[in-house]
Amino acid sequence: MPTPCVHDATRPGALGQRLIAALLLIAVLIPAAAADPADFEPGVELIRENSFKSLEQGVGLVAASGDPRARALLTALQATELHLRKSDGALVIARPGAAGLDLIDPLTGDSMGTADKGDLKRIGLNNRLRGQVRAAIAGLNLAHPDAAVRLSGVNAMLDKLDPDGVALLRARLDAEGDDSVREVMTAAIALADLASPDASRRLEALERLDGSTHPAVRGGVQRLIAGEPDPEVLATANRVLRDIDFKRDLYGLAETLFFGLSLGSVLVLAAIGLAITFGVMGVINMAHGELMMLGAYTTYILQQLMPEQIGLALLLAIPAAFLVAGAVGVLIERGVIRFLYGRPLETLLATFGVSLILQQLVRTLISPQNVPVANPDWMSGSWQVNSLLSLTMNRMYIIAFCLIVFAALFLVLRRTNLGLQVRAVSQNRAMARAMGVRSARVDALTFGLGSGIAGVAGVALSQITNVGPNLGQTYIIDSFMVVVFGGVGNLWGTLVAGMSLGVINKILEPWAGAVLAKILVLVFIILFIQKRPRGLFPQKGRAAEG
Amino acid sequence: MMNRNFRAPAAALAAALSLGLSTIATAADTIKVGVLHSLSGTMAISETTLKDTMLMLIEEQNKKGGLLGKQLEAVVVDPASNWPLFAEKARELIAKEKVAAVFGCWTSVSRKSVLPVFEELNGLLFYPVQYEGEESSKNVFYTGAAPNQQAIPAVDYLMNDLGVERWVLAGTDYVYPRTTNKILEAYLKGKGVAEADILINYTPFGHSDWQSIVSDIKKFGSSGKKTAVVSTINGDANVPFYKELGNQGLSAEDIPVVAFSVGEEELSGIDTKPLVGHLAAWNYFMSVDAPANAAFIKTWHGYIKSDKRVTNDPMEAHYIGFNLWVQAVEKAGTTDTDKVAEAIIGLETPNLTGGKAVMLSNHHITKPVLIGEIQDDGQFSVVSETEAVPGDAWSDFLPGSKDIIADWTPPISCGNYNSVTKTCSGQNF
Repeated sequence: MPTPCVHDATRPGALGQRLIAALLLIAVLIPAAAADPADFEPGVELIRENSFKSLEQGVGLVAASGDPRARALLTALQATELHLRKSDGALVIARPGAAGLDLIDPLTGDSMGTADKGDLKRIGLNNRLRGQVRAAIAGLNLAHPDAAVRLSGVNAMLDKLDPDGVALLRARLDAEGDDSVREVMTAAIALADLASPDASRRLEALERLDGSTHPAVRGGVQRLIAGEPDPEVLATANRVLRDIDFKRDLYGLAETLFFGLSLGSVLVLAAIGLAITFGVMGVINMAHGELMMLGAYTTYILQQLMPEQIGLALLLAIPAAFLVAGAVGVLIERGVIRFLYGRPLETLLATFGVSLILQQLVRTLISPQNVPVANPDWMSGSWQVNSLLSLTMNRMYIIAFCLIVFAALFLVLRRTNLGLQVRAVSQNRAMARAMGVRSARVDALTFGLGSGIAGVAGVALSQITNVGPNLGQTYIIDSFMVVVFGGVGNLWGTLVAGMSLGVINKILEPWAGAVLAKILVLVFIILFIQKRPRGLFPQKGRAAEG
Repeated sequence: MMNRNFRAPAAALAAALSLGLSTIATAADTIKVGVLHSLSGTMAISETTLKDTMLMLIEEQNKKGGLLGKQLEAVVVDPASNWPLFAEKARELIAKEKVAAVFGCWTSVSRKSVLPVFEELNGLLFYPVQYEGEESSKNVFYTGAAPNQQAIPAVDYLMNDLGVERWVLAGTDYVYPRTTNKILEAYLKGKGVAEADILINYTPFGHSDWQSIVSDIKKFGSSGKKTAVVSTINGDANVPFYKELGNQGLSAEDIPVVAFSVGEEELSGIDTKPLVGHLAAWNYFMSVDAPANAAFIKTWHGYIKSDKRVTNDPMEAHYIGFNLWVQAVEKAGTTDTDKVAEAIIGLETPNLTGGKAVMLSNHHITKPVLIGEIQDDGQFSVVSETEAVPGDAWSDFLPGSKDIIADWTPPISCGNYNSVTKTCSGQNF
């Protein structure tokens, strides 16, 4: 596990890079002193040459020119929209349009007609250039009218502070109207003041940094502690560091909890269909994982059918996957399982065979390779609570989705006629039949419902893991584990078991490692089942004894 | 009743499995070549392509008139990603089918499983995948990269060109990542990297929940020193890993990841947006601009009847291995194992990146090391390329193996010769 590391003096290797960054920032950030609009045109020429070396110089010149067109040009370069037209070597911004790619002149903003992908040569970047372009845009962003853009600019500068950047921040601080931007600016300036030779200024800066959660602040305070001669400043610095560490631990805990709940909701989603087929009906369905796989492939096929509407395809995939997996489930029940009720071992073997057939079917019909399922934009990225805690969007959607599916299933079983019949048949088949329930039909529908839910879970899984023929195998063991741990036949048990296994796993993971954590969880479940063979929430009554 | 219910799925299963197989009927005067790659199970994702590559190479050779005046005949078997079955199928190929050479295996554990069979029956195996080294068998030719042809140059690139000072060594929990990381850890410490600046992390096969690990990497990388991840994460588990990196806001400029198991084939199955800018180290990229490569890609697209299919590093390894074997058989004038094994050492053949591959006396070959950055079209743009590096079977950075060399030419003729005590340990591997 990472041990906090005290930052030591600048190493020679990084010096060159920092120097470049510093020079760049001087040039970018103090337009009055160094901006030379005459640099813009030669800079564009260098970019047009399209070699990594010329790009490096060109980007520097363009950024330093202070030309109002620089930002649009660099943004296009960052988004890899900047191209050279092969016919005349003209620099163009190409964006997907109605007919092929729409071309825009990066210097004038005028339309230049359309082109095919083959007519253009893209100006590619490597990591070093990407970093350079990002820093250049960050500098240009400080003067942007939008506060959010300025904030990202200041944040980018805070990661790599240098005297000229600080000078610019000081100059801009008074003019800054937005509170959150001011806050980060103040922190950046205070951070720079930590290096001041004046002890009272260092002390004042420390007071201002107290409670700041930016990672750069912690590094700065640690550096100060390492070389601080003044006892009063040292004491304050230690207190500030303790405060920061306390906050880090607190948010670390919140983060672990979030990770645990999100892992838990994946487990619950995978297990909840099984809670119906295995929990309520008592069928050991080894093909459960493959039903999830079918759901995930349904998502893939819908996305292939409507490549422009990835998000819509994902939403449509939810009912579609329910129908596809549900129908396959009914087929499995009618074709195989109904002959094997009351013979768990044979059901296990038969459904295992079905799972192999489904896997190989997908391999043969679609591809043995994994297939790409895209994330819609609203499911990518994260919600930045503060600089210590960010919650990833896809995980939040999955937690919410899991709870919705659970609630819906719960309502179906408790509030609908089908739910009543399902419970009646599972508790006492003979009596239910005597009351006029067509138990064979109910069996098929119940199995279809459980399978359909598995399909829906597959849609969710397609967003966080690989979609391939082996998708199901990864989750089948976890699913059984959750259902058995929660108590067979109890939906609440499945929810509580899934969530608690997720959280336990994530608490163990940081100190035991991912491999050992998984083993420990398994050992824990084995011991638990020894003590309480019927799981967390055992079913009570005569039906459970049968 | 029970029988009746079982017959249906069992028959369907058998039918489904047999779809993957294409064993060709035996003819009299042909030279048989065994293809031992999984066509079903977890490894089918990677290995199916290699089976197709071999069939293509054999077809091309037959168009050129075959070998020693005979046609080549492929014998394809499916070890189904099942390690003991690899040994059984290898035995079947050598003992029953009497193949002249076998091209196959992907994972190290499958290679270790077939190794005793090849040594017992004196067969020939060409192994096309990068691996952890620490092995040199009389009967195996390693056409993939040894650690000094992939891992070490990649670390050098990160250290010298990107100025990386903190290292995360992340891998899947099995023999290849563990050995590679041991070598890398020794190498980094030798370069003066402190213990506290190295974070080693292992995850199970097919790991899909990377939240905590990525969060740890993020914290580890926020100390102000440039941090990089050296990933020996295997196959499938990479996609959720990169997705999580993207979602937690770690871009390639902040913390680049250099991977040894992510190639064009793996990228073709995923949405590459979150991966752009991350690195991979291989000895071949599809994007390399060389005439031999263009011709190979054209033949491949023609053979597979789709111009969407990609080529990758292990395919090049099979290309080199197959051509070396063909040359060796022509030189020896026979397919006899011992004579071919003797003839092949020192032979050279063009590789696909415009250089030459030479078979060395330790049964490894020379390869250039290429570092590529992932592009949004699933291809790599090469950012660094070395001269051809000779493969080293026994790592110089592990205490147990730095004195050991492999040399299958007289007078040593040993796979693990200790150059200090001047003895061959006598092990068969």
